[in-house]
Amino acid sequence: MPSGIYECISLIAERIADNKDFLTELDREIGDSDHGINMSRGFTAVMEKLSPDESDIGAVLKKTGMTLLSKVGGASGPLYGTAYMEAGKLTVGKTDITTEDMKSILEAAIAGIQKRGKAVKGEKTMLDSLIPASESFNKKIAEGADMVTGLEAACESAREGVEYTKTIIATKGRASYLGERSIGHQDPGATSALITLEAIRDCMKG
Amino acid sequence: MKKLINSVDGIVDEMLDGMTAAYPQYVKRLEGLNVLVRAKGAAPKVALVSGGGSGHEPSHGGFVGRGMLDGAVAGEVFTSPTPDQVYEAVKAVNGGKGVLLIIKNYTGDVMNFEMAEEMAAEEGIKVEHVIVADDVAVENSTWTTGRRGIAGTVLVHKIAGACAESGAELSEVKRVAEKVIANVRSMGMAVNACTVPAAGKPSFELADDEVEIGIGIHGEPGTHREKISSVNNIADTLLGKIFAEGIYSAGDEVAVLVNGMGGTPLMELLVANKHVKSVVEGKGLKVAKTIVGNYMTSLDMEGFSVTLLKLDDELKGYLNAPADTPAFVQF
Repeated sequence: MPSGIYECISLIAERIADNKDFLTELDREIGDSDHGINMSRGFTAVMEKLSPDESDIGAVLKKTGMTLLSKVGGASGPLYGTAYMEAGKLTVGKTDITTEDMKSILEAAIAGIQKRGKAVKGEKTMLDSLIPASESFNKKIAEGADMVTGLEAACESAREGVEYTKTIIATKGRASYLGERSIGHQDPGATSALITLEAIRDCMKG
Repeated sequence: MKKLINSVDGIVDEMLDGMTAAYPQYVKRLEGLNVLVRAKGAAPKVALVSGGGSGHEPSHGGFVGRGMLDGAVAGEVFTSPTPDQVYEAVKAVNGGKGVLLIIKNYTGDVMNFEMAEEMAAEEGIKVEHVIVADDVAVENSTWTTGRRGIAGTVLVHKIAGACAESGAELSEVKRVAEKVIANVRSMGMAVNACTVPAAGKPSFELADDEVEIGIGIHGEPGTHREKISSVNNIADTLLGKIFAEGIYSAGDEVAVLVNGMGGTPLMELLVANKHVKSVVEGKGLKVAKTIVGNYMTSLDMEGFSVTLLKLDDELKGYLNAPADTPAFVQF
């Protein structure tokens, strides 16, 4: 891992802040106009809690999850909060991670989101970018690819997943009230998940 | 965007302090939290906690007081409060007989309140919840998150609150709350959208001659748009969907709530109510109680919702019981 966990979370926070208005605008179209604002508030609080010398990946992920849980609100707070906390459980005491670790992290985060949100793939949610990303990552590393190549493939599939959310009707979350009117719009949660994955990939590139 | 604010980020905090400044006899704020509880503290009765995003004032803090809620948790504008805040509210109001959480059916609210319930249960506090889903605009519950909780929630607060005040046990208060939920239906519309302060522009755009039917209370667009017509016609559309539920029939007694969305003059709500009453009575129902005003608002949205609650003797008794809160007083 070319940069530490603190740098990685910092980069995610920075990208979320950069995309605050974009995510909010996506949410304005089919939701309630707050996704970027809430995520950005959450990650600002996360950065206030973390210190640059923290290197225990599990501890940092747990702190990140707890902070998102108590600062984001809405549906994203419990979902992202749970995802980071589940990932944290697998990485206690670690200061570096292998491709096998990353595989487990992504799978645990997705399982946590599914349990809390009671959603499956194809409902126009963050799972529509995360699940294909995780599947592609697993396929690549099974072929012997390294971390960055695996994450490149994951991001590519996540991006396709975001595009796919434009074609389907939302059946979970507030966008579901729109019925067919949600078609044509990309899902804000799937988008913030893609932004997160891209930040992780860029961190691993160094 | 023109708003009477100091800063976008400070709105909820300043609003809550404004509540305690206005109604110190009713409410106090838990230190460092966005939670309002009764000024007198926990009572030896089942406690009711409600809440949700801010922007629905007087919901939910306005209903904290004798005969209604014990605690109200305020999230950011239109954003569910977080589990730690709900958990603190539960701990503060628990008088030993347990706590009932009244949740509106939104993905975020349900997740955050359920997490708080799990946290409180681990502490040994008896907690139950009910989920209000009165909005008939959301039709096909197989393909959505399910019906939203909107203005009918206020009637759940009132009736379950009176039941709790009477000394009933938690299971009994929950049963009564669920009876209200089973018999209450609402539907709303907007003439103009609301503007979330942090977003800075209206949540949807309507042409000068258009209205949005089937809106929720968070600026989310409704089910469809149509040309504006008379308020009587619009009320007929809303009532038509409510009656199509098939739970109201001739001879029933009902309570009517004509709820303003925040930006609609009371004059227009009263005009709407005149027609609602005549339509309801025209179907052979008896209007046993009418409430008209801004109870479950959506910031500055212009529009209204109609709520019908079918009453039996038990619900009617609790509905007419005294309440003394900042936003609902009844002797």
